[in-house]
Order: sequence, then C-alpha cells, then structure tokens
Amino acid sequence: MPASTETETRAEERPADDPALEVRGLCVDLHTAAGTVRAVDHVGFTVRRGRTLALLGESGCGKSMTAQAIVGLLDPVAEVTGGSVTVAGTDVLRLSPGKRRKLAGPVLSIVFQDALTALNPVQPVGRQLAEPFRIHRGLSRRAAREKAIELMASVGIPEPRQRARSYPHQFSGGMRQRLLIAMAVALEPDVLLADEPTTALDVTVQAQIMRLLRDLQTEHRLAVVLITHDLAVVAQRADDVAVMYAGNVVETGPVREVFAAPRHPYTRGLLDSVPEHARRGERLPAVPGSPPELSAIPAGCVFQARCPLARERCVTERPVLAPVGAGRSAACHFSEELAHA
Amino acid sequence: MTTTADPATGSAPPEGAAAPPGARPPRWWRLLGRDWAAAVAATVLGAVLLVALLGPLLIGDRAVRQNLDASLRPPSLDHGFFGLLGTDVLGRSVLARLVEGAGTTLSVAVPAVLCSLVVGSALGMWAGFHGGIRESLAMRLADAILSFPSLLIAVVVLYVFAPSVGNLVAILAVARIPVYLRTARAESTELRSRLFVDAARTFGTASWPIIYRHILPIALPTLLTVATLDFCFVMLTESSLSFLGIGIQPPEVSWGLMVAQGRQYLQTAWWIAVLPGVAIMLVTVSATVLAAWVRLATDPAQRWRLTLPRKRRGTRPVTPEVTA
Amino acid sequence: MPETTLERTPDAAPSGAPLLDVTGVRKTFRSGRGRLTALDGVDLRLGRGETLGLVGESGCGKSTLARVLLRLERPDAGTVRFDGVDPFALRGRELLAWRRRVQMVFQDPFASLNARMSAADIIGEPWRTHRDVQPTAQARQRRVRELLDLVGLREGDAHRHPNEFSGGQRQRLGIARALALEPDLIVCDEPVSALDLSVQAQVLNLLADLQRRLGVSYVFISHDLSVVRHVADRVTVMYLGKVIEHGRTEEVFDRPLHPYTAALLSAAPTLDVSGEAGADREIPLRGEIPSPFDIPSGCRFRTRCWKAEDRCRDAAPPLRTRVVDGGDEPHEGLCHFPLEVAG
Repeated sequence: MPASTETETRAEERPADDPALEVRGLCVDLHTAAGTVRAVDHVGFTVRRGRTLALLGESGCGKSMTAQAIVGLLDPVAEVTGGSVTVAGTDVLRLSPGKRRKLAGPVLSIVFQDALTALNPVQPVGRQLAEPFRIHRGLSRRAAREKAIELMASVGIPEPRQRARSYPHQFSGGMRQRLLIAMAVALEPDVLLADEPTTALDVTVQAQIMRLLRDLQTEHRLAVVLITHDLAVVAQRADDVAVMYAGNVVETGPVREVFAAPRHPYTRGLLDSVPEHARRGERLPAVPGSPPELSAIPAGCVFQARCPLARERCVTERPVLAPVGAGRSAACHFSEELAHA
Repeated sequence: MTTTADPATGSAPPEGAAAPPGARPPRWWRLLGRDWAAAVAATVLGAVLLVALLGPLLIGDRAVRQNLDASLRPPSLDHGFFGLLGTDVLGRSVLARLVEGAGTTLSVAVPAVLCSLVVGSALGMWAGFHGGIRESLAMRLADAILSFPSLLIAVVVLYVFAPSVGNLVAILAVARIPVYLRTARAESTELRSRLFVDAARTFGTASWPIIYRHILPIALPTLLTVATLDFCFVMLTESSLSFLGIGIQPPEVSWGLMVAQGRQYLQTAWWIAVLPGVAIMLVTVSATVLAAWVRLATDPAQRWRLTLPRKRRGTRPVTPEVTA
Repeated sequence: MPETTLERTPDAAPSGAPLLDVTGVRKTFRSGRGRLTALDGVDLRLGRGETLGLVGESGCGKSTLARVLLRLERPDAGTVRFDGVDPFALRGRELLAWRRRVQMVFQDPFASLNARMSAADIIGEPWRTHRDVQPTAQARQRRVRELLDLVGLREGDAHRHPNEFSGGQRQRLGIARALALEPDLIVCDEPVSALDLSVQAQVLNLLADLQRRLGVSYVFISHDLSVVRHVADRVTVMYLGKVIEHGRTEEVFDRPLHPYTAALLSAAPTLDVSGEAGADREIPLRGEIPSPFDIPSGCRFRTRCWKAEDRCRDAAPPLRTRVVDGGDEPHEGLCHFPLEVAG
C-alpha cells in the first residue's frame, strides 16, 4: 500500500524519539464476588515508532486487560483506577468516549487473536474493510471499496477484487488473520496492539503472519505492542520486552539482553521451562505452583510463593522496578544474585 | 472496525475473579436477596400460588354470587374489601373472581406447560443427541403438530369429548410440544459435539445417562425460559377456548375467561378485562425474571455475577485470558 | 509423590507385539461441499510403555485419528488392532472392558470438563458406567483422593468446580479422570497447548512420571515440535490425512526426510536471540494447506513444496527408507525428492 503523504508529514512533526505510546502507572480494578481486586498494578512502558514491545506473560497476568484498557474495550466489571495512556501527545484515559472512538483506527488499533469472532459473519469482507474509510475519512462507497481492495492486496490476499465479495467463513484462518490486520492498519495508525495475533494459527502460517506484521511495521513505522505468552515469538519478533506477572511488570529491557541474562527469577523460570533446552525424557525445570489468585496477591513480592530466591524481605517488602543496567529494570530484591549466577 | 469486535469466546470469569478457593458458594436465598428484581418476582409468584391455594377458602361463594344492584361498580374503597376492585355486569366481586380464577388458571396452565416441557424436552434431547433418522422422525412429528392450527384441533377435540379441565390440559400440552422439542434438539445437537460428551463416550457411557448428566443440566435453563414464555401463551389460549365456550365452563372462572368476558365492557367498565390481564402479565413477567435469575444462579461459572450490582454485570461474557 | 495402590508393573506380554497397530485407516466425511478426506490410508504403531508423537497442522487428520483410536469414529477402511483385538468388532461387555483400557486427555481443559460437576464427580464419572471398578461409595471417595494426589491436586479440591481451577489444574483434573479406569493407553490430544509455559512444563513432567510409574503408553498429538521432541520416542508426521514421515524422534528432528517436516521445523520459532539466524534458516512455504475436499494429485504437499517438479503432480511419491544404525527400525518418508537420503 502506498504510504500517503499525510502520514509522512505527521511523522515528521514530532521528533523521532518521541514515544508513540506511553503508559504510566496504569491500574485496573476488577469488581468481583470476593470484592475489588487489582488486575493491573501500576503498569508502565513506552514504545517508539518502528519498534516492537512484547508484553509477555501467562494467562491471568493482566496483559490482555492492559491492552483492553489502552484501547478502551474493558469489560464492565473492570475499571481503570489510575495512570495515564499517552498516545500522540494526549492522555486517552481523559478523553470522552466519543473522542476516544475517533482515535480508534487512525491513531491506535488492535488485532485480536480470534479472527472468526472479530469479523462480522454476515457481511462481505470488502464492505467490512471499507467501513473505516467511510467512517473516519468520509469516502464515498465506491472510493472506500477501492481502498478496501487495495488494502486486501497489501496484506497478501490473492485476487482481492473477487475475494472482497466473500464472507469471513470462506477464508482460511491465516487469510482471516490477514484481513484483521488489514483492518487494523487501514487508517495507518501510529500504534498497533496485537493480542496473541498468531496463537490460533498453524506453525507455518504463523510464520507468514509474523512476516506480514514485520513488513507492515517497517513500511508504516508502526509502534507495535505484541501481547503474547510465547517466548519464542518474543525472541524472534520483539525489540523490547515487558514481562508481566500477577498484574505487575517484573522485568523490562531489550529482548536480547533479557533473554540472554534474565534478572528476575520469574523470567529465568520461564526461559528454563522451554522444552527446547532440555534433553528428551529429562524432567523439565518447571516453575512450581501456579500464579496467585488476584484476590490473594501477597503484600510483598508477587512472585514469592514460587520463587527459589525468596526470603524474609520478599514477604514484607514489594520490590519496585529498578534499573539493573542500560535500559533494563527488574522488580526483584536479589536481582544481583541472578547476574552473577 | 476492529474495535467493535469482542474476542470473548468463553464465559469463564477472569482468573481470580471467581469466588476465593474453598469458599462455599453463597446460598441461593442470599443471592436472591441481592437481586431486587428477582426477589420481587419470587414474592409475586409465591403470593399468587398462596392465593390460588388458600384464597378459595376465604372468599366463599363471592366469586359467583350475583347482585344486580351492584352491577358494574368501578373500583373504590366504599364497598368493603370485595368491592375494592369493582364488580362485573352481574355484580360479582372482581377481586373474588380474580382469587377464584387464579386457582383455575394455574391448574390448567401449570400441568399443561409441565407436560409439554417434559415430553418435548425428552424427545428433543434424544433426537438431537442421536441425529440421523431419529432426529428426522422427531422433527417431522413436530412439523405435523405445528402444521395443524392448534385452535382448530382444540375445537374439534373439545367438541367431540367433553370440555373438561383434563382434556383442556391434554390439548394444550400436545399443541406446545414442538416448541420444547425444537429448542431441546437445537441445544442437544450443539452439546453432543462438546468435548466432555466425547469424554463420557470414551468411558463407554450409554446415551440416556449422557443426556441426563451432561445435556439436560445445560439445556434446562433455556428450556425453563421457554416454558415461562409459554406459560403466558397457554393462559391466553385457554382464554380463547373459554371465550369460544369450549374451555373453562361458567360458573367456573379463569383469568382468561374474565378477560374474554370483560372485553365487551372495555369502554364502560375497563376493570373487568384489564385487571385479570394485569394479573396474567404480572405472573408472566415475574416468571420470566425469575427464570433469567435461575439461569445465572445454576451456572457455577456465572453465579458470581449475581453478587455484583446489576449495572456491573455486563451484557457480554468477560474475556478470559486464555492462551490457547 | 506418595505410594498409591495405582502402582502397576507393565503387562508381561511379549514385547515384540505392538500395543497399538493401525494399518491403512481411511475416513471420509460427506458434507454439502462434497467428500472430505480426513484420513487417507494411515499406518501407526506404538509399543508398550512408549510415547508416539503425532505431529501435523490443522486439517492433517490427527484429531480424527484420535477419535478413531478411541472408537468414537468408525473408519471406512483399514484395521485397528489394540493388543491384538479389533475394538470395532466388540460389543456389550467386551466393549466396555476395552473402553477401560484406552482413555483420552483432551486439548481444551475448559471444554472437556462439564462446568456443572465438581472435581470429585468429574473424576468419578467413569465409575458410574464401570460400577465394578469402584463398587462402594467409600472406595470411590478414597480413590478420588488418591487420584487427586497422584496428579498433584489437593484433597480439598474434590468439591470445587472447574471454574475455580486454573488451566493447569483443570488439565490435571482431566488427566486424573483419564486415569480413573487405569488404562493401558492414553491418547493425549494437544494436552498442553492451552496451558501456560510454566504450567506446561509441570504437566509434561506429570505425564512422564505417570508413564514411569504406571507403564502407560501415550499417543501424544501436538503441533508444538519442541514438546513432541521432548516427550516422544517415535514421531509420525501427518499432512492432509496421510503419514508423510515416521521414525525415531532424533532421526526425524535431526535429519528429516520430507520437505514438509523440514519446513515445519524451520517455521517453529526458537528462543535463539543470538542474531539473524532465524531469517536465514527459515524455509518459506507458499500459501496454506489445501482444502481436504480437494486434495492435490500425486504428492499432496506439492502445492507448497519448493522442490516440487512435474513428477510430484503425476505420480504418488514412493516410500523412502533410511536405515538407521542398529538396523531394525527404518526411518520412513513419502517423497520423490527426499532430503539427504544416502543411496
């Protein structure tokens, strides 16, 4: 897809180092039977244009809720209780719902995991792809349709003109994911959130989709937030990583450095439990236990119950995310010990 | 627009949002107490049931006692307790007739709905679970019943046989079987391919135990919801039949019959038709509200939502962060 | 892990005869769009106490094969022999007895457990059909406790419902249910792919422990190559309803015969962050898996294969074998132009 001059000028207006997305101290509370629990606890990170940040964590760690809070799609039982999400210089959490909707698409957009439920099953995909152009750009039906076909071609859908008349179920899983990505980048946003974009796909198709995302990112200088539980995907595709555990970011930094020498015992445990490193038949070094229930998150370190390094200080004092090197930080009292291990 | 999509595929609450581990689920009456609408509905239904059972003992023959001097009195406080809701054209107390009618109405509608619910659901679940020829047979049966105008069969049957409460119940029950049959079949067809049904098959479990254990408990809330809606339909059909003179026979009285009889006085004495109509509506709405509540309360994965204030419950299921 | 009465020595049958022997199994489904070929002449062998990894992408027929093995689906042709017995010839009592010996662990720990039943009811469900296994209520209760303990859950968990468990715990529950009838073979259909990494390792360890202690055999279906490599003794790779490669795990992973296996191996992302190696070793596959309604002629992989020539379209690929050191167990692949075959 040819980059329009509009985006180019927009990009030039701001210095290149200005973060496209800046999240600070984001807190999300869940109202549940057991009372109110904190699902996302002072999460912060920044992503610059052209860079990919991976939000890595297991289910229930709050990574998807963080994404939902950023794009404003939280479930009614969840509520943002603090922090800021700055996109293109404005804090979107302070905007009215209407103003916020105007940002969805041209500035900030999201790709979901499940392409089949994210597309309208009773509308031809061409019309669905044309919709953002009609809503945000006010294009005519015909012009929007041409745009949609252009877009389908740009994400590698063969014979886009014919396929535009097809319905979502007539596409394969990989093609549907391509359509979703096309929709997300239609209005050339600054920031793209991808919530487990390839998890539902086959391995060989996964690789294709990841390549497509990378190409689009280079072309549009997108800032990408990649939400995933897959360490290998992070290793291959992300520049920086924020590891989340029980609603907290426990370690951040450039992927290469973090994966080569993790400074938080949880990151270390995750990396160790990948079967790739173990010999066949040997026991895998699993992290014992499971993440704490949100209603029972301990006062001290969130990881203490499963941590091999845990001692008294971890019970009483919650470690803060502190710098442990150039561009790296970890929330552990004893991260020094991991550095020398 | 991608942002309009909802990735939720499951209905489980987010991790940690469920009741704390080991905690007993709250007792049902506590849950009921937290939900004012369901509590009101339960109270209304309880009151109607009580009136239907005990009412006739208290009113004596006032439901049929005529007093032409008191004809068509509007509701007022001037004529004692039984004059509260006015009188009909023969001067009979509308209040007394409502009380008397509650018993008759429920004694037709409840058994009729129960019969069609049980027979239709069993047939439908069986048909949907097995598929193939059994499913086709059951569905053709449903089509056959639906293809006759039920009012017409009712007229014929009730004309040939005596128009008794028993025959009325039987006719209404048969006429409504297809509704449950189709709903149960749809649920069952969907559920039979679920993994836990496959799991049960791998143990060698026979089909009726699987239906009873895995399909019924999940299909039941839906079927009960259909039944509450059907309750209203059955009451109205009964009133039409009564109006045609082949349903409830005067001097017996039902709400439907009262509506039918009061219709011609609607412009001069609205209370005769409107009040039994309101009674039918109250019972139906209460039953529907309560059914919706039961639906949530019997689902272990959704029950916790009932402890939240209504506005926070949400209309869509919470997105579980399933990394599948 | 404490001693329990579940301890068993593997059956003392002659080790030569495989526990599971599947030959030429074919299964097609008819639908509005035509005939869908799910399995097209599948062979499979599994020894006692062993793990067979079954690898393939969606539509390759691995789930249908699992359903055939569990006798949930009857094949159109071919034979299934379990310990010398054809399960499809069994009826009544004999069938029930056979059912006890083969169980399944499902992929989705959410969908495979009835949310309305408690953990104890779920584990004990098989006994409601097989009453003789645990005849008294007390015995049932005791065994539920033992099984909970065996899979690493707490006794107090017996009365909780599935939604109160985490994904990993739910899968442990599914495993406990599969163990309730003390089977010889457990078919694991993607048992860890819905689980988090740290929990995945726990469940893989649990499955390995159970195999060591109970001598149970596994057919382990997965799309995750690193997991299969870790657990399987032998690997069978499927593509569009056909086995295209089979051999010992190290052989298949280290020296794949079939281009598809090689592509799969290269597409799986690894943790290697050392450099741009990832981009170099990646074998780009064209397009996606063809529809099983319309399987390509000749070699079914030719539409995506970078080595495909005219011959691949015209003739079915021959069976290639590479004899491995030791001799008795060849590494087999179906391809006209196999990768690095000597001779």
